[in-house]
Amino acid sequence: MSDDVSSLPALRSLARRRVLVAGGALVALRAVPARAQTASELPQVAALADDLAGRVPRFGRLSLVIPRLADNGNAVPLRIAMSGLFPAGTELKSIRLYSPKNPVALMARFDFPAPPAKPEVDMRVRLAGTQRIAAIAELANGELHAAVADVDVTISACLDGT
Amino acid sequence: MAFARIQLPPSVKRGDAVEVRISIRHPMETGFRVDDDGRTIARNTLKSLTCRYGDREVLRASLGSGIAANPYLRFHITAVASGDLVFEWVDDAGEHGDARAALVVAG
Repeated sequence: MSDDVSSLPALRSLARRRVLVAGGALVALRAVPARAQTASELPQVAALADDLAGRVPRFGRLSLVIPRLADNGNAVPLRIAMSGLFPAGTELKSIRLYSPKNPVALMARFDFPAPPAKPEVDMRVRLAGTQRIAAIAELANGELHAAVADVDVTISACLDGT
Repeated sequence: MAFARIQLPPSVKRGDAVEVRISIRHPMETGFRVDDDGRTIARNTLKSLTCRYGDREVLRASLGSGIAANPYLRFHITAVASGDLVFEWVDDAGEHGDARAALVVAG
């Protein structure tokens, strides 16, 4: 406690500057791989390509809410939600979830025989490693909407190399 | 064996969006695990899960090995009238399960 008090703010501001510089470097590093892939690029999954059958989904309305970094791949909270209005004839019919790295690509499928009160489903998923997952929503008029999300998984769900 | 918990708001008004949460006790075996003797444990997931509200089906789901053990789902239905929410499911082992909860709609 005998430190020269007047020098402390200067030290702090120096430390802060260092942190900012380091942070800036990190941001620059992250930005490079992010730019290499378009935000709306679907992962290469055979099951997904089969289900799309050449149709092109729209991006923007459907969203995947998942932690950017999942500590435990055995149970990762995930929300699939859709925004916008659903006029008569364009009700949400189904949602499918795909993973490029899991041994079973189609993770789950939800059908809504009656239009849901909110176009939103929450669940917990298993993820076999860092990957880009994708969801496809189909409306009553056949319109397809897609969303992708990148997830870093520190503990993979499948540890047996499958 | 079959065990599930369903959570609903205690009381809702007609026309409301009702949050439905269900958690089912199920191992959701992936089919890629082996037991202590080195034998593969057969895949066992909830291949079919349905939810009926009154006389209408409101959700149909197929949960694969990509869904975590003891699957949890949350979705929303529109409150129409008081009635039961009935969940029924079948897993890959052919075992059936069901759970129900009463929804009280006021007004």
